[in-house]
Amino acid sequence: MTNKTVLHPKHIEAGAKMVDFFGWEMPINYGSQIEEHHAVRRDAGMFDVSHMTIVDVVGDDAKAYLQYLLANDVDKLQDKGKALYSGMLNEAGGVVDDLIVYFFEPTNYRLVVNSATKEKDLNWLNKQAAGFTVAITERDEFAMIAVQGPNAKAKAASLFSEAQQEAVAGMKPFYGVQAEDLFIATTGYTGEAGYEIMVPNTRAAEFWDALLQAGVAPCGLGARDTLRLEAGMNLYGQDMDETISPLAANMGWTISWEPKDRDFVGRGALEQIQAEGSEKLVGLVMTEKGVLRHGQNVKVEGGTGVITSGTFSPTLGHSIAMARVSNTVTDYAEVEMRKKWVTVKVVKPSFVRNGKSVL
Amino acid sequence: MSNIPADLRYATSHEWVRPEGDGIFTVGITEHAQDLLGDMVFVDLPDVGDDVAAGDDAAVAESVKAASDVYAPITGEVIAVNEDLEDAPELVNSDPYGDGWMFKVKAEDISEVEGLLDAEGYAQNIEDE
Repeated sequence: MTNKTVLHPKHIEAGAKMVDFFGWEMPINYGSQIEEHHAVRRDAGMFDVSHMTIVDVVGDDAKAYLQYLLANDVDKLQDKGKALYSGMLNEAGGVVDDLIVYFFEPTNYRLVVNSATKEKDLNWLNKQAAGFTVAITERDEFAMIAVQGPNAKAKAASLFSEAQQEAVAGMKPFYGVQAEDLFIATTGYTGEAGYEIMVPNTRAAEFWDALLQAGVAPCGLGARDTLRLEAGMNLYGQDMDETISPLAANMGWTISWEPKDRDFVGRGALEQIQAEGSEKLVGLVMTEKGVLRHGQNVKVEGGTGVITSGTFSPTLGHSIAMARVSNTVTDYAEVEMRKKWVTVKVVKPSFVRNGKSVL
Repeated sequence: MSNIPADLRYATSHEWVRPEGDGIFTVGITEHAQDLLGDMVFVDLPDVGDDVAAGDDAAVAESVKAASDVYAPITGEVIAVNEDLEDAPELVNSDPYGDGWMFKVKAEDISEVEGLLDAEGYAQNIEDE
């Protein structure tokens, strides 16, 4: 069975090329993936991300539950609307999923989890909730549109009511606010400023059309992948999964080790992995012709590795990748490409921010 | 439906061949092939003077999605390559049968072209995939 988002007819109308994305029929591009990429880096683009799963966690134990469920600590969230990125780990310290959690009150949070792992995630959330007084509710009455790019906020704001404009005025990155019928968050997956907007299904098509009218370019999953990779953001299932710890996925910063007495799922295993030393996720840069690809073998000083995500970077004009390699890695690595070993540069896994190279 | 010009010949591996006279044939990839590959980012062309045999991998078309071999549809000598693709690989997407051509071959045996598919045969070939 193929799922369709409420915006599916809009994609067809815009001439999108549709593909199967973990059971969802989604647009891969509307003509040119590279032009869509540039639209986001230079102006404003929008993505239908309605396939992602919104889950509300409400109840007396909501905070204690999330402190147990997540490797990052929701106690860091003190401001209403503040968001946190975290891995949700299994007992072995592997990543069940990565997600964003929004804080409203200690008894009221909202999670956004991946679509590809929806069933697994909901089962996991419910299983870990045993013993906690919480209600876990999927909110599938909302569509979600990400509007991203240097002009994204201004163009999106032209659709907002006065009250909504007031609600988002001066909102810092990584916050979300419910303003009338919209939940508007300063989050994204591109390395650009912008909003992720939850809009009731009944109004989604009208909202999409209005964004088109405002000059926001529709962008598909192809551009979404090159944008997130340039920004050094992980893709679940590719850069990490249940067998990979956050320490090997450049997610060490999302683990809250303090306070030491906070028990979270996977903590014991994670401490052991850290003590033994873990592989690490690095960035690779190749300025010669050719494109680094997922699955290619890597050799580094003192060990080996594999490319988890690789692409041509439209912003930089050459290839970039993320690779999980031995922690003995130095400044250079070799990649096996079409039966040849090619030397590439090793960098931190972040390549482009706010339209500019950070290499 | 993909554009398949009637005056060209085609290989099942999605190259097209256009006769230019004097036993010279221009080679590129079809609209259907560029559509499957998506935005082109590099095209690795053969060297002028290379001898190629029908079925040899002669070029590589690298798109955002994948690297794909381009096979020589006929045997002969490469006498020209499309140097514009060096800076503008997207020509393969925007004009696959025109400015997006890849290389020209001086055929060893021009009757070899008769063995390639015509437009109708190629359309059938796509349908059967």
